[in-house]
Amino acid sequence: MNRIIQRMLPWWVFLLTLGGSAIQAEESEARRLLVIIILGEDVERKQAVEAIEEHGDEIIKTVVSAWRVGEISTYTPPGSDQVLALLKTPEGYFNIATGDAVVPDSEPETNQPSRRLRKELKRLVDLIDLSSSDLRARSSAAEKLGLSQKPEYLPVLRERAAVQDNEKVRRAFEEAIHITLLANGSPEEQLEAVKALGEFESFPSRDFIDKLVVEAGKVLDDEEATDEARNQAEAIVSASVAAFEKIDAKQKKVEFYGTLFRGLSLGSVLLLVSYGLAITFGLMGVINMAHGEFIAIGGYTVYLVQGYFAKTFGAGTEAYESYFLWALPAAFLTAAFFGVILERGVIQFLYKRPLESLLATWGISMVLQQAFRLKFGAANVAVSSPQWLSSSYEVGGVTMSYNRLFVIGFAIFVIGGTWILLTRTKWGLHVRATMQNRQMASSLGVRSARVNMLTFAFGSGLAGLAGAFISQIGNVGPSMGQTYLVDSFMVVVIGGVGNLAGAALSSLGIGMADQSLQPILGPVMGKITVLFGIILFLQLRPGGLFPARSRSLDD
Amino acid sequence: MIKLPEKPLRPFQSRTEEIVFLLLIGMVILLPCLNGMLQEGQAFHVTGFQLGVWGKYLCFAVLAMSLNMLWGYTGLLCLGQCLFFALGGYAFGMHLMLMIGELGAYKSQLPDFMVFLGYTELPTHWRPFYSPTFAILAAMWVPGLVALIFGFLAFRSRIKGVYFAILTQALTYAAALLFFRNDFTFGGNNGFTDFKYILGADIREESTTRGLFIASGILLLLVYMFISWLLTTKFGKIQEAIRDSENRVRFSGYSTTHFKLFIFVVSAIIAGMAGALYVPQAGIINPGEMWPTKGLDIVVWVALGGRGTKFGPIIGAVLVNMLKSWATRAYPESWLIILGTIFVLVVLFMPNGIMGLLQNLRAKYWPKGPERGTGEDDETAEDAPVRNET
Repeated sequence: MNRIIQRMLPWWVFLLTLGGSAIQAEESEARRLLVIIILGEDVERKQAVEAIEEHGDEIIKTVVSAWRVGEISTYTPPGSDQVLALLKTPEGYFNIATGDAVVPDSEPETNQPSRRLRKELKRLVDLIDLSSSDLRARSSAAEKLGLSQKPEYLPVLRERAAVQDNEKVRRAFEEAIHITLLANGSPEEQLEAVKALGEFESFPSRDFIDKLVVEAGKVLDDEEATDEARNQAEAIVSASVAAFEKIDAKQKKVEFYGTLFRGLSLGSVLLLVSYGLAITFGLMGVINMAHGEFIAIGGYTVYLVQGYFAKTFGAGTEAYESYFLWALPAAFLTAAFFGVILERGVIQFLYKRPLESLLATWGISMVLQQAFRLKFGAANVAVSSPQWLSSSYEVGGVTMSYNRLFVIGFAIFVIGGTWILLTRTKWGLHVRATMQNRQMASSLGVRSARVNMLTFAFGSGLAGLAGAFISQIGNVGPSMGQTYLVDSFMVVVIGGVGNLAGAALSSLGIGMADQSLQPILGPVMGKITVLFGIILFLQLRPGGLFPARSRSLDD
Repeated sequence: MIKLPEKPLRPFQSRTEEIVFLLLIGMVILLPCLNGMLQEGQAFHVTGFQLGVWGKYLCFAVLAMSLNMLWGYTGLLCLGQCLFFALGGYAFGMHLMLMIGELGAYKSQLPDFMVFLGYTELPTHWRPFYSPTFAILAAMWVPGLVALIFGFLAFRSRIKGVYFAILTQALTYAAALLFFRNDFTFGGNNGFTDFKYILGADIREESTTRGLFIASGILLLLVYMFISWLLTTKFGKIQEAIRDSENRVRFSGYSTTHFKLFIFVVSAIIAGMAGALYVPQAGIINPGEMWPTKGLDIVVWVALGGRGTKFGPIIGAVLVNMLKSWATRAYPESWLIILGTIFVLVVLFMPNGIMGLLQNLRAKYWPKGPERGTGEDDETAEDAPVRNET
């Protein structure tokens, strides 16, 4: 594997440099044309406007929009007869031709485009993204033009559609053409467009087709309409019905998969949140009411690490972007460290009194929450996602954000890691032995006090990890843990106490149920329904999904 | 059936208890007298504000006693006692809301929040609450009914111990979410406030405060007597037996499900009554009152005072709340830290709470104290069931 990558390396470098130089050539050409448009004579200018339509560079949009609000100036530097076109920004003036900063001696003269030019420029701004090098921007520009249904864009769209290589982008162009035709085409073209949009399963066209159907209905009601018009209207109506069917089927599919994905990601968050509790409560029998605060410790650790990276490397740098990867182990270790303190300081005395561990940890939770408030303030602190986690990925109309995908992946990693740790290592064997029977294990030479401490630390560390993830998708605040406490207990109880696989399954189940009920009942009622569902579920299976088997009477 | 030795029907089992009970009666009589008969500025004068605060403490004490009945004597830890308290409060609050009449901000017959939310007429389920009798009864049967349904489901499938505790917490959480909604017709986030009249009396008058204090005191004494009496009956013996070993009781032929259900419902009704008396004294009820953390607070009062003792919950509730109101003023920044630390220390070093500590001191310095009766109610936490390990 490594060798293949090594062999490929020169090619990658070559391709990357090629791409880079192409983009630079594009930009300098765009800059040249822009200067001509601003400073040139009429004929030259007209040619340049036509030529610049082919370029989709970001700079064009910036300059053109700045020009329309009067932030372009002309300036002749002393000792030179060449006029420069300058772009005014809050940071100062920039030479449009080269992109270099310029510090003028005298106030530059503001340049305003003529009225006719203004109109052309507006069109230019509208069309500019059609040639954007970013495929997504190109598609959405086409979609926007299509939704405006203006016939004057038809030729451009058609012309550009023909030269698109990317399948998706071409479809976006064709969709735009057809939507425009719905309002402007001849009856035959309209019919064609309806059929095509049905094939495309295009959501945005639904309303436009709807309008067409209303008009066709009017024709059918009109007694003076000719037979030909009637036939056309009927054809359009039946084609529209077919198209609606397709579009609706697709919409249902997208909604279903969207719910599935959101359920999966919520389930993963729940799993991360409750896995720590499944260990401290399920395995060790400690009712840890401070579990939520360990989640908050993880969240605040990410906040601190982020602050440290921003200070050391500066926000937005590449090193800063990687802060989250460092924050994850930091969150785990910090929470685990506090877990050790809590276990040694309080919980080790309470193993025989589970209900009292509830009270003591409740006190700890109050102390920690107030400590957070004193240290970080009562308001939520801002944790920003790194760039590489904040974009999203789209498959068949379902948008999946990277941070949620990352959570799902990490949840799988945590399940796998915990499983290996507990079943394939010596330490795991000791843990299971101690949790089954503390006295017996220690009689057989297991250092049960140590095992207890480390297990509790591990569970707390997992809570810290969960907090790190929540910092990316939710709020980090003093009482952030409280939100998840009841949920985590539910997950553990439903899964069957002491059963990690059960916790995994139940968090997925609760996540899915929550997300599929939310669109129907709203977020709050959805949650309430889930809670009552859990109470009823325990009627059927009082021990949870996988009840702990035991021959003893009082368990 | 177990044959118990015949005993005279006497709610008190020791002289200490009698003395403390008389002191309680004295307090209920004395404090309002000190408020009403002495003038402002005289020594020993109790201001209306102080009296109101103590009235609230008494309601909290009743609430703590209702939990103690469940947790201390029957072994059922309920983290949702605040729900029953709040339900009782809401039921009586509805009546108080209707008594505002047209004195509200919008000068309408409807409660302000309803006008604000665009209601044109009173929802049907609000109508009976014009009657104070109905409201007082509702403050009892609504929590009782909720407890009956939930308890039936939970005890039938033999959910117990920690699981029961967590489920009651989930129930409370769900209910609080429901009450936070505006369209639930109970005022949403803001709940009920701005009450004007109670049973025809102006709620801000000092005489009303006195009346409410006395009512709370009487409720406390009655609940105390009821719980003590229950403990002397055969029922009470089974109650304690369930706490100590539920399975043995079941094997002896008792349906523990029914016993537990009965206790659960009674305790919910008591909590509801405490809530109904609390609301006019506090002047506000909102869903924050049934937030799961409140339920844990009550558990802490009982644990601090001494679980499974008669006066423990009263002492715990009053002490913690006094501490709270003192610390929130003296150390507004760090009072949660103080309170939290105290809980941890109490659990670690005073497993039987303050009552346990007193007991130990007495055993040490006064070994042959004037003991009459059994006095065996105080040894609970020590022999709390050890988690069976398989």
